[in-house]
Amino acid sequence: MNEITPIAPAVQSASSADVSCMRAPMGLLAELTHRCPLQCPYCSNPLEMDRANTELSTADWQRVFTEAAGLGILQLHLSGGEPTARNDLEQLVATAAEVGMYSNLITAGVLLTQDRLKALADAGLDHLQLSIQDVDEANAEKISAYKGGLAKKRDVCAWTNALGLPLTINAPIHRANIENLPAIIEFAASMGAGRLEVAHVQYYAWALKNRAALMPTKEQVMKTVEIVEAAREKYKGIMVFDFVVPDYYAKFPKPCMSGWGRGSMNVTPSGKVLPCHIAESIPGLEFDNVRDRSLSDIWINGQAFQKYRGTSWMKDPCKSCERREIDWGGCRCQAMLMTGDPTNTDPACSLSPRHAEFVALASVESHDSHPPAFVYRRIGTQTADHSTTGELDE
Amino acid sequence: MAEITPRSRALASTDAKPALPKHIKMRHDAGRGRWILLAPERVFEPDDTAVEVLKLCDGVRTVRDIATKLATDYNAPLNEIEGDIVAMVQDLADKGVLRL
Repeated sequence: MNEITPIAPAVQSASSADVSCMRAPMGLLAELTHRCPLQCPYCSNPLEMDRANTELSTADWQRVFTEAAGLGILQLHLSGGEPTARNDLEQLVATAAEVGMYSNLITAGVLLTQDRLKALADAGLDHLQLSIQDVDEANAEKISAYKGGLAKKRDVCAWTNALGLPLTINAPIHRANIENLPAIIEFAASMGAGRLEVAHVQYYAWALKNRAALMPTKEQVMKTVEIVEAAREKYKGIMVFDFVVPDYYAKFPKPCMSGWGRGSMNVTPSGKVLPCHIAESIPGLEFDNVRDRSLSDIWINGQAFQKYRGTSWMKDPCKSCERREIDWGGCRCQAMLMTGDPTNTDPACSLSPRHAEFVALASVESHDSHPPAFVYRRIGTQTADHSTTGELDE
Repeated sequence: MAEITPRSRALASTDAKPALPKHIKMRHDAGRGRWILLAPERVFEPDDTAVEVLKLCDGVRTVRDIATKLATDYNAPLNEIEGDIVAMVQDLADKGVLRL
């Protein structure tokens, strides 16, 4: 199953064929800050985080949103870190509404109050996506290294419902909570969520450091496929499911970002514009900043966007593969991290010469009965440690 | 803390009065020359028929009213159109794009 990742721009057809080619981007992931009160071991922020004193100003972000709408972007994902750590979030949401972008707040919820959420809804917020770490309170606290989070999340769900805002619950799934998936699904339904993202952790950046502590076995993953299929039937018309599987056990790689530079842009807290949120893990890319160039100029001409856009950068087995415009070669960052060359086929692909090693890693780590302890994502430990990259290299 | 009411699946019939919920935004995307539905984490592209139906989903008209209007406008058999629209609104309701 190759579902899109939660942040990728999703184009689904209501009753006709999918839109297959997009000249303009559909989605913008705005990482408003890298600050976050949680310390999850699978944090998707890059190893080198942008510091608070380098963050874009309110006016900068408002200009970026205006440019994004002009470029044709329809969906705005307000993310982080924890985006509610920005005290100008209401102003930013209001700008998104003014320029006509659909706004999605991606939050852990723990900093929200009922008044603040109402202010965000009044400013025009369209949708709230709330992450949960587990429905077992002690385990949730262990995963996030944050006390009292689950009770707070229940409150946030109730406030969201009361305001009439649509609610998605996002549950990152890994070895430490995978057995609770049925309870997580029931929790989401009982909280009034219209959507549930069952998102197996993707192993890049910080999560890669913790892969051995987080990787589930193939059997566990296959069981989640069955559980989600049954739940889709049970909750038909009540709750929509998005399901992201870990690609270590896949036959074909995911079409990462629906293709590089094809539908989505990411702006970091300090204004760097990336084709995906971990693109900085690839050497040789030049990232333009919204402080220096317009978003449309960066989208069309930026070196980082041009580098792996389309299929001309490919070599075999991708180049001659009939799936090259389905998978788009998979994930460039994963190819870099696991093979040392971003132009290699994503090792998640069964056609990659590195696929067997890749699968073996997951198998060995997931069957270790004494997995390592979590390396938590603490502010102050953001210094890059590249010891885990390129580990398949000779 | 406010109570959370569990949801249930809405079933489409010819008496249903479909409407776009507040958080689903239908708009013409001039840059791409098409109608789109903006939804949580999704952009839907309704085809021409769906667009005609969706424009009439105002929460007041029933599916039968919509079918009658379209059968007249397009000089098409009412029964067939009615069945197609019931199926369409059920599908869209299951996707969370319409309320019935």
